[in-house]
Amino acid sequence: MVERPGRPGRHVLLIEDEANIAEAIRFVLMRDGWRVSVHAAGAGALEALRQAAPDLVILDVMLPGRSGFDILGDLRADPATARLPVLMLTAKGQPRDREAAGRAGADQFLAKPFANADLLAAVRALAPA
Amino acid sequence: MVAVLAGARVRERRLALGLRQAAVARAVGVSAAYLNLIEHDRRRVGGVLLDRLAGVLGVPPAVLAEGGEAALIDALRAAAASDEGAGAEVARGEELLSRFPGWARLVAAQAARIERLDRAVGLLNDRLGQDPHLSAALHEVLSAVASVRSTAAILVETPDIEPEWRARFLANVHEDSERLAAAAEALVRYLDAGEGEAGLAGDPLAEVEAWLAARGWHLPELEPGGAGVAAVEIGRLAGSAARSMAASLAAELAAEAAAMPAAAFDAAAEGYGRDPLRLAQHFAVPVLAAMRRLALRPGAVEGLLVCDGAGAVLFRKPVAGFPLPRGAGGGCPLWPVYAALARPGQPVAALAELPGPLPRRHALRAFCEARHPAGFGGPEVRRAAMLIAPALPPGPLPADAGPVVAVGPVCRICPREACPARREPSILAEAGTGIGF
Repeated sequence: MVERPGRPGRHVLLIEDEANIAEAIRFVLMRDGWRVSVHAAGAGALEALRQAAPDLVILDVMLPGRSGFDILGDLRADPATARLPVLMLTAKGQPRDREAAGRAGADQFLAKPFANADLLAAVRALAPA
Repeated sequence: MVAVLAGARVRERRLALGLRQAAVARAVGVSAAYLNLIEHDRRRVGGVLLDRLAGVLGVPPAVLAEGGEAALIDALRAAAASDEGAGAEVARGEELLSRFPGWARLVAAQAARIERLDRAVGLLNDRLGQDPHLSAALHEVLSAVASVRSTAAILVETPDIEPEWRARFLANVHEDSERLAAAAEALVRYLDAGEGEAGLAGDPLAEVEAWLAARGWHLPELEPGGAGVAAVEIGRLAGSAARSMAASLAAELAAEAAAMPAAAFDAAAEGYGRDPLRLAQHFAVPVLAAMRRLALRPGAVEGLLVCDGAGAVLFRKPVAGFPLPRGAGGGCPLWPVYAALARPGQPVAALAELPGPLPRRHALRAFCEARHPAGFGGPEVRRAAMLIAPALPPGPLPADAGPVVAVGPVCRICPREACPARREPSILAEAGTGIGF
């Protein structure tokens, strides 16, 4: 496939260790004009984020090495990334999990398994103006 | 008279009179086997038979029956406390028992069953939330499903998808389908294997105690010369936690039986007036071991409560008429076992009187042992035990009986409104009863 470069302000960093899910998300977003970088672990995620300088982060909760909540906490504690839009993905879709994600600083929350259209809608809603 | 469980009182009185079981059975017109069932509370006794037994044993029938009724009244109070919104007429529990004994037993039995089911549900909820194996298995299933869903939607909704992407996604769907099948099979196997663990009472301690009670609170295969620990049928226990507890208990009981052989122990117990301190010194065993040997030897009539340093129940052998707490919920703060926890190494005894139409008096003996398994730098671990003698016959106490201590069952169903140790209101109390210090 010829990967189309994303438009300015349309760079997503996907932090997800499940390769097949990451590939599906990357395909859906690229089709919508996003440039997608993927980091497949909790360890090193912050360094990858600083290097990638994305406009938006999709962050899985269950990651090897470091949990998504811990990474989100560090993002919010750093003034450079405190306001970076973050969409959290989790296999736990209960209201209390949604509330926990909100308290941790996530802007949006999506429970797995999700519909591709819902993922796209959430990412578009978080896109920088 | 309502048929009641009076076995412990019948047996205690018979032993106190030195009467053989077969002789008493002949005297009242039943077989020795049937009397044995009565004495082990596997058959209720009432009416003419209760009268005959009382006559042979030289006590009023109410003496044999009273403890059973009192236990049922306590059970009714506990049922009322478990659902205060129902507005049960607690003060009329005795009347319910008297007029409708079958309904009273049904209410008590159903309340006990609800309590067991509540515990089982709580354990299942905990398991779903905290079982790492179950949590990991469910995560694996959800991750595979998420991938299949997204990938399948892409394949269906993108008719112009590039061939190489189509091939990759088809391979991903196949791979995730295999993964999903394996995860689902593993989950089913895991849930099937653990089916028994959430069954019964969902409470391993209760399961072990029920198993011991069915064995008459004695495991003869653990006595010297018996078949040994391996012969103990722990496999009958449904839960793995219960089996593990039973295995540990069996090993400890076997060691205690070896250190305190039955015949020698019975003789020493007779000579020392069943004093666990003197028995412990005689056999060079820990005091709590001697207490457990007293409670779990063949034909023992004593009850036993063992708790840890926080007061959480570790072991319960009930005795008729003396309600024992479950789980982490404590009993009456005035029981000597809790005083013993504060004074390790010092015996604490009391002649306790439980409230009721005919107050029940039980001799209680408690002792706390403190260990330091991690040495000087580690924590002190305390464990206390309380032996509970069967209720004394009503009437004047012997001159050397010592002072009587008014205690209760548990605060929630205790009628002693002015008790200085009350920690929560009783459902039997008038409105406005405070809990002062």
